[in-house]
Amino acid sequence: MRHTISLLLENESGALSRVAGLFSARGYNIESLTVAATEDPTVSRMTLVTRGSDHIIEQITKQLNKLVDVIKLIDLTEGVHIERELMLVKINVPTSNQREEVKRLVDIFRGKIIDVNHNYTVELTGTSKKLNAFIKALENMKILEVVRSGILGIGRGDINLHL
Amino acid sequence: MNEDANEADQITGANILINSLVAEDVKFLFGYPGGAVLHIYDALFQQNKVQHILVRHEQGATHAADGYARATGKPGVALVTSGPGATNAITGIATAYMDSIPMIVITGQVSSALIGNDAFQEVDSIGISRPCVKHNFLVKDVNELATTIKKAFYIATTGRPGPVIIDIPKDITAHKAVFEYPETIQMRSYKPVLNGHMGQIRRAAELILSAKRPVIYTGGGVIMANASKELIEFTRLLGFPITQTLMGLGSYPANDPLFIGMLGMHGAYETNTAMHQADVLIAIGARFDDRVTGDLEQFCPNTKIIHIDIDPASISKTVTVDIPIVGTVDRVLTALINIIKETDKKPDANALAAWWQQIKTWKQEKKSLAYNRNSDRIKPQFVIEKLSELTKGEIFVTSDVGQHQMFVAQFYQFLQPRRWINSGGLGTMGFGLPAAMGVQLAYPDDTVVCVTGEASIQMCIQELSTCKQFDLPIKIINLNNGYMGMVRQWQEMFYENRCSHSYVDSLPDFMRLAESYGHVGMKVEKPSDVEAALKEALAIKDKLVFMDIIIDPTENVYPMVAAGKSHNEMVLRPEGELA
Ligand SMILES: Cc1ncc(C[n+]2csc(CCOP(=O)(O)OP(=O)(O)O)c2C)c(N)n1
Ligand SMILES: [Mg+2]
Repeated sequence: MRHTISLLLENESGALSRVAGLFSARGYNIESLTVAATEDPTVSRMTLVTRGSDHIIEQITKQLNKLVDVIKLIDLTEGVHIERELMLVKINVPTSNQREEVKRLVDIFRGKIIDVNHNYTVELTGTSKKLNAFIKALENMKILEVVRSGILGIGRGDINLHL
Repeated sequence: MNEDANEADQITGANILINSLVAEDVKFLFGYPGGAVLHIYDALFQQNKVQHILVRHEQGATHAADGYARATGKPGVALVTSGPGATNAITGIATAYMDSIPMIVITGQVSSALIGNDAFQEVDSIGISRPCVKHNFLVKDVNELATTIKKAFYIATTGRPGPVIIDIPKDITAHKAVFEYPETIQMRSYKPVLNGHMGQIRRAAELILSAKRPVIYTGGGVIMANASKELIEFTRLLGFPITQTLMGLGSYPANDPLFIGMLGMHGAYETNTAMHQADVLIAIGARFDDRVTGDLEQFCPNTKIIHIDIDPASISKTVTVDIPIVGTVDRVLTALINIIKETDKKPDANALAAWWQQIKTWKQEKKSLAYNRNSDRIKPQFVIEKLSELTKGEIFVTSDVGQHQMFVAQFYQFLQPRRWINSGGLGTMGFGLPAAMGVQLAYPDDTVVCVTGEASIQMCIQELSTCKQFDLPIKIINLNNGYMGMVRQWQEMFYENRCSHSYVDSLPDFMRLAESYGHVGMKVEKPSDVEAALKEALAIKDKLVFMDIIIDPTENVYPMVAAGKSHNEMVLRPEGELA
């Protein structure tokens, strides 16, 4: 099953490579990984999406917890939570028809056009599913670039991951 | 630390390092110099609190520090230079990591400004070592050096112990700061669990007392936790059979009637069979390694398993257990002992008597450790048996890796923990001699024997020179079969006897080699000479003795559970061999 795991870790240079190294050394897969400092600059927050049997996910969370740099961890999949991803898409729009079509889709998906010339760059956030649907809707267009942030996750209500 | 502090109060990073080691009560520093650590060596030259032991290869430094740690329970410390010094140390670091040995390795690094430039003798020591250390640190500021060292010792020695590397760029060892060594350290990201969950402990006690065919199975964790006393009390209180892994030997006295020998790939028939038929298994400080379990699908097929371990990640890693208890072995066992003593419920005496009878029958029927005692070649088992007899299980024995290692495990009766020093997890040839140096330095008046093979000993033979320099009277027993015996055994059994490159040709004359290093050399070729030769060697208290014992080149280790096979598929010694 697919699991979204959130971690707080020391904001130190080696921390990210320890997590990445753990996954490669033990043969676990990573679907996406995002990391950045939190409101406390000494702490980073990472969201990690992985796949595996219950047994493997249990090992992954234990092995992550064992890393000296990891302060806390939560498997968001175990409770209600929100996931969001940010995507930037650059689309080639030479004809006015195509420009109209993109504007219409951006409206429907509640995105934003953030750069305009002979290409449009669209910014869109949402669940990964929604982002996939947007790409699908652009099927007949020439997509020049897709940049996705990877998934960010947060628990709903009182499910918190903090120090 | 105070940046405006008076210049006069400041000392160099090199001196901060040494002062920190003194604060940690480090007696020996196993090391080898080089460019990146010259400031440190200069500081070492000007002090006499930490004794530097100059090895002849950095692998030797790490194994010696490791041997010291295994024998004493205190962290061993090694110092190596950047680049090749650090890469040479990796084998020893990985060896310590696999067996959870507390160790600090200080690696020199090129100066901060050069890092990343492919500078002379630069290697990414942090990156290279990451998968085989508990943690590692690159020191970026001399003001952080003392705290980093404190953290390193704290991490290496608490929780599930392990090696920690401190990588120190050369400029940091010259920079100055005021030395203040923290008394204690708190780390928000590292807080090992100590006490087991009481609910789980109660459930475990209940299961233990209802067992009809119980087995206690213990590993190196009991030794790491110094929990021998608790283990002995627990086992005797219940009267259950106890087996131990290669790493666990010594934490329960091998001459005790409740001890049923080592289990696993070269465990006795009755031991592995008891594992296979147990209804309750109490695993203590052990990690269900593949050399212990064999085929996981068929491991303990109808057994309820209790697992006590300090490392949550060890629990249900390979074998799913019924009652996990995370905590230090000594504390959990003490809690269990108290509960068992307080309840009215007693172990089922009838069931237990029948179970013991069954185990004894298996033992007598198969005699799975028997070997030919009438051979005119020296049998390695005989040498170890004699050694055990003559030394009453009281000495330190280190070993290398191969058949000789298994013969020690099977035939030396260890009565105390921390006396059997071998590389179990990584299986590192070359470990035995340098490890023995660390042990002998820690216990100068004790007998330290290194049992090795002619292939293994050549992997760190250069350390004979270190032994001479520091007067280490180690007794080396080279069980010389002219083969990488363990490799040959597998080739005989699984490759139709095609012994591809497993002979050891062009051997040196070990006796004269030892003599050329300034040691005593002996050569033993007849079974009838073994006992006298051992006595003679053990009586030489002030010199290293290298005993080259020419053994039967065809001898194999039995019984054997082939890799991936199950405990009930043991290969026993062919009957013809016993004549
Ligand atoms: C560094 C290293 N290389 C290779 C091996 C694989 N290996 C395991 S046992 C063995 C042979 C050991 O021969 P020897 O030291 O003569 O011991 P014997 O088995 O003959 O007693 C080898 C090559 C190893 N364990 N370690
Ligand atoms: Mg050999």
